[in-house]
Amino acid sequence: MTAPIPDQASNSGPMAALSLRGLAKRFGGKIAVDGISLEVPAGSFFGIVGPNGAGKTTTLSMATGLLRPDFGTAVVHGVDVWQHPLQAKRLMGILPDGVRLFDRLTGEQLITYAGLLRGMDRAVVAARVGELLAAMDLTEDAGTLVVDYSAGMTKKIALASALIHAPRLLVLDEPFEAVDPVSATNIRSILDRYVASGGTVIVSSHVMDLVQRMCDHVAVVARGRLLAAGTVDQVRAGASLEELFVQLVGGHSHTEGLEWLRTF
Amino acid sequence: MVAHLLRLKLALLRNGLRRSPWQLVGMAIAGLYALGVVSTLIIVLVLLRNAGAETAHTAVVLGGSAALIGWGVIPVVASATDMTLDPSRFSTFAIPMRQMLTGLALGGLIGIPGVATTLVALATVVTWSRDVLPALAALVGACLGVMTCVVLAKVVTTATASLAASRRFKDISAIAFMVPLVLLGPIVAGVGRSVSASAGFLPEFARTLAWTPLGAPWALGGDVASGRPAEAAVKLLVSVAVLGLLAWCWKLLLERALVTPPYAGAGKRRGGRLGLFGVLPATPAGAVMARSLTYWIRDPRYSGSLVVIPLLPVVLGFQGTQTGSYGSLAFLAPVSAFILAWSISADVSYDNTAFALHLATGVRGVADRLGRALACTAFALPVVLVFSIGYAAFTRNWAALPGQLGLSLGILFTGLGLSSVVSARYTVTVPLPGDSPFKKPPGNVGQTMAVQFVGMMVLMVLVLPEGVLLAAHAIKGNVLFGWLNLAAGIVLGLALFLAGVRLGGKWLDARGPELLAQVNVNR
Repeated sequence: MTAPIPDQASNSGPMAALSLRGLAKRFGGKIAVDGISLEVPAGSFFGIVGPNGAGKTTTLSMATGLLRPDFGTAVVHGVDVWQHPLQAKRLMGILPDGVRLFDRLTGEQLITYAGLLRGMDRAVVAARVGELLAAMDLTEDAGTLVVDYSAGMTKKIALASALIHAPRLLVLDEPFEAVDPVSATNIRSILDRYVASGGTVIVSSHVMDLVQRMCDHVAVVARGRLLAAGTVDQVRAGASLEELFVQLVGGHSHTEGLEWLRTF
Repeated sequence: MVAHLLRLKLALLRNGLRRSPWQLVGMAIAGLYALGVVSTLIIVLVLLRNAGAETAHTAVVLGGSAALIGWGVIPVVASATDMTLDPSRFSTFAIPMRQMLTGLALGGLIGIPGVATTLVALATVVTWSRDVLPALAALVGACLGVMTCVVLAKVVTTATASLAASRRFKDISAIAFMVPLVLLGPIVAGVGRSVSASAGFLPEFARTLAWTPLGAPWALGGDVASGRPAEAAVKLLVSVAVLGLLAWCWKLLLERALVTPPYAGAGKRRGGRLGLFGVLPATPAGAVMARSLTYWIRDPRYSGSLVVIPLLPVVLGFQGTQTGSYGSLAFLAPVSAFILAWSISADVSYDNTAFALHLATGVRGVADRLGRALACTAFALPVVLVFSIGYAAFTRNWAALPGQLGLSLGILFTGLGLSSVVSARYTVTVPLPGDSPFKKPPGNVGQTMAVQFVGMMVLMVLVLPEGVLLAAHAIKGNVLFGWLNLAAGIVLGLALFLAGVRLGGKWLDARGPELLAQVNVNR
């Protein structure tokens, strides 16, 4: 298999922002991801939904270069993530779920750090840090250590760190967890504008409503496999995403029984 | 309900061990160590059976009081409380308070410290098995004493829980605790000397302690054996009353703790202060250096080891005043160089999963390595220079300075290079971010020890040239060897430093994701 060279790739017309081919990963005896292939069109707002433990985080980690897949490839705008990790990571902004931050830095320092690590110019970083803090409504807490932030603030500062280098593709794992409604609306409008100007966003979530309202494309993942993918309207085919999801995943059998719950 | 709580505790312990075989190894090592200490103490206590009643009484009371103090103090300063049965986790289950207290208290006995204390306390029964009554009294005393230990630990930890949960307290107490720990040698020596100067004072001290809550339960057997049943009865009352009082305090504190979540206060602070990020070069390596240096100051896991450095000359100097020879001060600079250089060998393990940011931003491995190594150099180099020159000035032996400096700089630079390689490939078990520097999570003990041991062996081989030159200088007395050593330390050391940064960077580029997966296990 030959990986396309980045420069040629970026000239060759519209293509997938992220293309996964047969990604698979197993931890010990448990197969976490069982061969997922997925095309995320450039300029789409792409939702990945699935029940807890479906393999969303594992898939996204493998797609973003944080976890080496056992099988399969991940290609970002024509750059193979595992052949040319440094070029691929320049194109991506990543918000991983369940990892710590360098939380003994202040919020401002953390975003600056993320920018400087990517080799950005100090003046550019300083200007963008100010704007990002304002957009995330964190200006008042910019000098507080991240370790003293609430869960939602931590999520927002991590998101800001992922945005600082103006990536072409944003991969956000559970970006709205613990974020208050006002901030969530702000973040959504930032992401909407980003997509409108040609960027691609991938979010994972288990909140169907949110995905249905926010995304134009969706993929349903369960037990490490891809069950459906396409535009939101294609996939839900008239039903609500939540109904379809329960139908696909097949978890709706347990509501029988529990009669005693009504006997209090 | 009490049985349920005990079974839960056992299940938690067992499942914890099942997570990884290394955890079992760690537990086994701790267990062996405890077994050694416990069996020694038991043998002593059995032998005391044939000693005079006065001696046995003194030993048992003093030992028992020390155990009580230990149970009361160690959980707080070490912030290493066993929170597997944290009462707040039961707040949603309606468990009657009395049963919960009993269950938690008995649960506190499960685990190495609890079992060890129980076994040693029961051995005092053997000490007093000179007759039936003293043995019986000792048994009652041992049970009371052990329960007092557990309940005291619970009271202290519950009382300080909300305080201990605040980050600032944790940070400061961890660093403050480092000081007496490092100065333990001089402190013990000082206490030991004053005690041996007044050997007759110990039985008197034990007799006094026996009237206090600390010593009362442990004095029961001795009093009965020496024919003082009335005193024993009073001390029994004291012990029971103290245990009851402690249990009552614990109940009150627990009731309050269950409805008041810990206070986590921190004021808002506007930005505008970038600290070192605004000073150091705006390159990836400069940013890593700024981040590392910030952590050396702000993270107690790092700053704890920094506090040790200025105390080293105190400890070694104290040894000098004891022995009259200050020869050990010669090790000051090389040892400090080693400690500081080796301290970054676990850097990625200290980052834990925050390392994902380095991976996500695609920072080159060399920049990562160089930034961390330079951050350590920034203060390690002045320390080594000051200590070397200070030693020469102290001994007025300036001729030895080049050799001493050569060896120290060699160890520093070589160690930094080696650490850069080691932390790029191997993870070790370290305290988690935000935890006390003394709280090592169980697990991976085997690999940790292997990495540390092999790493030090390799370092010794790598600084062999400097060592040989130092020896040559000492034997031949030719100053030329000293200057050669200085040149070797700087040139060879810097070469190995750069080689280590290069190699570590290459490994990091190749195996970053695997490294992240490894620290993820240690989470």
